[in-house]
Amino acid sequence: MIGARALRIEDPVLLRGAGRFAADTIRPGELHMRVVRSPIAHGRIRSVDVTPALLLDGVVAAWTHADIAELPAIGFRLTPLADLLPYRQPVLARRIVRYVGEPVAVVFATSAYLAEDGAELVQLDLDPLPAHLDADAEPVAWLDAEQATWAAGLGHQLPAQDSQATAFTVEYGDVAAAFAAPGPGYRVIESDARIGRHTGVPMECRGLAAVYDAAEQQLIVDGAAKVPFWNREAVAAMCGLPPRQVQVRETHVGGGFGPRGELYPEDVLVTLAAVRLRRPIKWIEDRQEHLVATNHSRGQHHRLRALVRADGVIEALDAAFVLDQGAYVRTHGATVASLTASMLPGPYRIPNFRVRAQVRLTHKTPAGTYRSPGRYEGTFARERLVDRIAGELGLDPVEVRERNFIPAEAMPYERPIQAMGTELVHDSGDYALLRAKVWEKFDLDGVRRDVAARRAAGELAGFGFAFFVEKSGIGPYEGARISVDSSGAVTVTCGASSVGQGVDTVLAQVAAEVLGIAHDSIRVVRGRTDQFEYGRGAFATRLAVMAGSAVSNAAQALADKARRVAAHTLGVPVEDLSLAGGKVLVTADPARALSFGEIARLLDPSGAAELKESPGLTADGWFHSDHMTYPYGLHAAVVRIDPGTGQTHVERFIVGYDVGRALNPTLVEGQIAGGVAQGLGGALYEEFRYAEDGTPLCTTFMDYLIPTAMEIPPIETLITEDAPSPINPLGVKGAGEGGTTAVAAAVAAAVDDALGRPNAITSVPIHPARIRGLLT
Amino acid sequence: MSSAIPLRLYVNGDRYEIAVEPRRTLADALREDCGLTGTHLGCEHGVCGACTVLVDGQPVRSCLMFAVQAEDTSVRTVEGLAPDEERLHPVQQAFWENHGLQCGFCTPGFLVLIAGYLEEHPDAEEAELREVLSSNLCRCTGYQNILTSTMCAARAMRGEP
Ligand code: FES
Ligand code: FES
Repeated sequence: MIGARALRIEDPVLLRGAGRFAADTIRPGELHMRVVRSPIAHGRIRSVDVTPALLLDGVVAAWTHADIAELPAIGFRLTPLADLLPYRQPVLARRIVRYVGEPVAVVFATSAYLAEDGAELVQLDLDPLPAHLDADAEPVAWLDAEQATWAAGLGHQLPAQDSQATAFTVEYGDVAAAFAAPGPGYRVIESDARIGRHTGVPMECRGLAAVYDAAEQQLIVDGAAKVPFWNREAVAAMCGLPPRQVQVRETHVGGGFGPRGELYPEDVLVTLAAVRLRRPIKWIEDRQEHLVATNHSRGQHHRLRALVRADGVIEALDAAFVLDQGAYVRTHGATVASLTASMLPGPYRIPNFRVRAQVRLTHKTPAGTYRSPGRYEGTFARERLVDRIAGELGLDPVEVRERNFIPAEAMPYERPIQAMGTELVHDSGDYALLRAKVWEKFDLDGVRRDVAARRAAGELAGFGFAFFVEKSGIGPYEGARISVDSSGAVTVTCGASSVGQGVDTVLAQVAAEVLGIAHDSIRVVRGRTDQFEYGRGAFATRLAVMAGSAVSNAAQALADKARRVAAHTLGVPVEDLSLAGGKVLVTADPARALSFGEIARLLDPSGAAELKESPGLTADGWFHSDHMTYPYGLHAAVVRIDPGTGQTHVERFIVGYDVGRALNPTLVEGQIAGGVAQGLGGALYEEFRYAEDGTPLCTTFMDYLIPTAMEIPPIETLITEDAPSPINPLGVKGAGEGGTTAVAAAVAAAVDDALGRPNAITSVPIHPARIRGLLT
Repeated sequence: MSSAIPLRLYVNGDRYEIAVEPRRTLADALREDCGLTGTHLGCEHGVCGACTVLVDGQPVRSCLMFAVQAEDTSVRTVEGLAPDEERLHPVQQAFWENHGLQCGFCTPGFLVLIAGYLEEHPDAEEAELREVLSSNLCRCTGYQNILTSTMCAARAMRGEP
């Protein structure tokens, strides 16, 4: 069952249109919330008048900051550096607006249409101020002391703050000494890399439906995603309720990719309104809002300097990057900057390493994580540098990479820095082996010869590749409970979350493997704070590892319990029993058996007391981890450039990826294909652009370009299992992000090759205009 | 503005007597007045295709059509594809078997689009189908499995093995 290409158990419901996405929860008497957003990038709020909205029939309430002034700014979930506290976002704008789309007021009305009508009547009197948009520019004054003190919420006075929220250095070895005393023949090679601002853009916009159930005295919040358990605590605190009185429930989720599910201002407003107004409240973001309100991501500028031996071995890397954070620091704190820094060395040894991170505010939508955060950016910067090294030294780019790889013999390999608060230990891997396997399977030498021949014939065709290391399975824990009812039906309940990636199926497969039953007979309940006590969430490609291992442990415990009861009842030793087909049977005499249902009935509270067991055929399992596991891969692209338009066409895209163990290869390939498509979006099409005054230029799908079926070639994958993770019982490494990581790097290399211009591409997305410029 | 007018809609063979404001979109009427929430809204400006339904057999962006414009037409939504509770429509079955969906949010739009197209163009070939699929957006799958599903469904609908 583990490793099988099992059909997804989620699908029948979704295929019939019977899913329940955020907007599908419809409650009688519900009020619809509409957010009034700042139309300017920076300005002083002179006044916000909601009276005209309140006069409209059907509008029930309207709030500005004054109505929620007692609420603190929104807190951090991850990487909560103290420096960042003053930059937190208020739930509704307070004195100053700082980006187009910032929530300034909210209107509640009896229909979504009326709420929009009402919102249009709210009078904003704003005094425009100059917009600061260039994160590369020297920091400017950003927060006055009053705002900084308020937002930090530390109870003591803070001084005014500039637009550099934080800067930090991650390092090991001695970079300064290495550069000061280079060996004979050493070269210094520099490069510059920019990654445009783009983000996850799930097809389902955000949304939330909350109701205060007065009978049960419970605030019920439907439509959560990603981190419902964390958000329950946050919502409870904001609404002044004990967590016990708040139920956060994930229903179906239309894609996550990082931005979705974090606690945003709107989440606080919806839940608070449900408590205050005692009516069901619903908020469904529209796409235009989504593109200015939901976290953006990427937006980094790297400068790299490498000290390189004549044979291409990198002796030292001195790097610095600026991250364009947008107008506030949201729930992710410094996560993206920190991951960028610690994952920058990737698969290479690099004995001396230093990276300086600068997180800077601009008058744009705040930024957070997006699939492969920090690695998409860092991999682009690093792999472009390695290509440049190969070019300048006249070496083959494959050779340069192999000379720098951490060798398989050195695994587990500890890099003396931290990633997401854990020691960075590459747990297992054979990078050269994967490189060789991909080369052979897809005959990449042949591919290179082909494109060279096409170029010789006048076509602009090119090949490029890049190597990367991902990370997955961040702890610290995940748990699961498996229970069997009196009919023998099995339910897995856990703290995992799903953003649509097929978690239910994979967890069912893990349980099915241990219990010897069909995976599609299992029901999986997750993402509901009323059903399980703890869950850390669906992010950082952690669930196959963490929840999968917890389910495996719970299933083992359940199997042991079932065997004990059967042994006692059948009068045979436990060792003589095995599990198959929903039964515990005597291995040597399979006719002697007890079904799970029979065992469950034997374990009713009276029977259980006699058996000296806890009641019910149920068991819990936990998995703890204080290290991440590190999958790795190679991306390769074949591109063709249209000399007339400058457009890059990706003809082939190849991914080799080692996931340690593929729990369901079909789903792994699906994750990779989807990840590549998003990576291609960021490499070629997607970018949030701004006018000089900070007005966003990409607020519809007409100007924010998500790839369609015409732009994405078939993704060719080689999934390997050569380096199982030694740090979890399944040996698994996560597959969620490795489709995205090196796409920009590989495409850029292929475009360089097609143009016959080494190092031509230093920024993504690669605009046709840029290519046209290079061609003339 | 809130003058609702009575409207009769025929959806998936059922008759719905509802009252809507003239400005109400067909998508909202289907979802909220008829309770058919399988039709999804991904952009409300006509690009993503999540809201695709068949109006008299033709794929239509229900976010761009007013409900009153659907008077006297026959509307088909994702809920009307499967013949019964046991069986799926060939397009649905093919999506299941070929991992043609992940989050499933774009899926109803694709299913309806493809079912409508294949019913009219049973012999459509790969390149043509890819172009048809490019009228809708999916953010999860990278499209290949959607294309594979579509070709399998086409074969199944032609009665080929
Ligand atoms: S919701 Fe209708 S096309 Fe996107
Ligand atoms: S399956 Fe998620 S958008 Fe298509």
